[in-house]
Amino acid sequence: MIHRFQNIFFILFFIFGISTQIFGSEDVQEKKGVDVNAIVFEHIADNHSWHLWDVRDDDGIKHAVAFPLPIILVSTSPFAFDVFWSSEFHHGETPVTRGDNTYVLNHGTIYYAQNTQGDLEYDEQGEIISAKPIDISITKNVFTMLLVSGLMFWLFVAVAKAYKRRSGIAPRGVQGFMEPIILFVRDEIAIPNIGHKKYKIFLPYLLTAFFFIWFLNLIGLVPFFPGSANVTGNIATTAVLAMFTLIITNVYANKEYWRHVFAMPGMPAWLLPIMIIVEIISIFTKPFALAVRLFANITAGHIIVLSLVSLIFIFESLSVAPVSFLFVLFMDVLEVFVATLQAFIFTMLSALFIGMAVAEEH
Amino acid sequence: MDESTVMSIAGIGAAIAAIAAAIGIGKIGGAAMEAIARQPEAAGKIQTAMIIAAALIEGVALFAVVVALIG
Repeated sequence: MIHRFQNIFFILFFIFGISTQIFGSEDVQEKKGVDVNAIVFEHIADNHSWHLWDVRDDDGIKHAVAFPLPIILVSTSPFAFDVFWSSEFHHGETPVTRGDNTYVLNHGTIYYAQNTQGDLEYDEQGEIISAKPIDISITKNVFTMLLVSGLMFWLFVAVAKAYKRRSGIAPRGVQGFMEPIILFVRDEIAIPNIGHKKYKIFLPYLLTAFFFIWFLNLIGLVPFFPGSANVTGNIATTAVLAMFTLIITNVYANKEYWRHVFAMPGMPAWLLPIMIIVEIISIFTKPFALAVRLFANITAGHIIVLSLVSLIFIFESLSVAPVSFLFVLFMDVLEVFVATLQAFIFTMLSALFIGMAVAEEH
Repeated sequence: MDESTVMSIAGIGAAIAAIAAAIGIGKIGGAAMEAIARQPEAAGKIQTAMIIAAALIEGVALFAVVVALIG
């Protein structure tokens, strides 16, 4: 019997043997000239200015070609409302003074500085503990969300006008393109989950959520301006979208729903205290799952694509380019599918939760 | 625990999540194939349901990946 396991033990020891070598050689990171982690996370994170590309001047110093965005900072005591272009920070090198406040941009976060030279407070470990103003700047993500909102507004006003002009005759152009998608959301997502009688109240929200998430996902896949902003891969954006679902579900919920939460029929009385806690927690975990699902899917896709492109820079050889290109092409096609699928799943689960909240008793 | 050990163990955690997701989605795919073979005219509905179930499972797997990445 033992000789059956001998092969497995041999392989396991071999793997452990090699892995200790890998654990031992920790200086492999420093030998690489390219910090893949930094590149990947810089492209995924939000930014106060829109960085387009870098140029190296004759001295070999890298200068960034970037697109400044407005920075809006609010302080409460004393009250201050400062607006300025992000180019004044010079990518975090210079502090900006407005009135009594001096602001410093350090790794993507804006802090109050102690003096006009831009000194920050540090604690014993070297972490920054300076206070921060309320930062409501137009960052890359906000700019993209405004852009997509404008695009959606323009697109759907055009479709609505087309319906008015061409009522009764066959649709054409952008109206013809949007109609099957809108009907799909209505007939496959809204009506089956919410029912014939009440779906009209929620259909605007479901359509908006679907198209907003879909367009944001797609625009995040375009590698140049105005794309390349990772909006739905930002947990704040997806959390707010999930919060909309949470608010709508609980505001429109009828008595049946609340009865099921607080006094589930058919439940023995001694189980009720636990079940109430479980039910209340589940009211919050469902939208939380919505937010994390969308965020993780989109961010994971972007990380994979960026890492595959960085392969070329790690190996520093042009022959890796075709391999990397094919991988990236495959992953990008998959990401387009995931973009649409995640928008559909978000909308469908929102419709499901709303349907459960407004369901009539049968 | 130094940086590389932590990252390796996080990688193993994410890999286990990937294995679990793959098994789950594989089972759903297999069941969907069987159902379509039994009743080809219901293929559209079965496909929709399969995609929905697969996306939900992938959501759970990505929870684990996010925890592995951040933790």
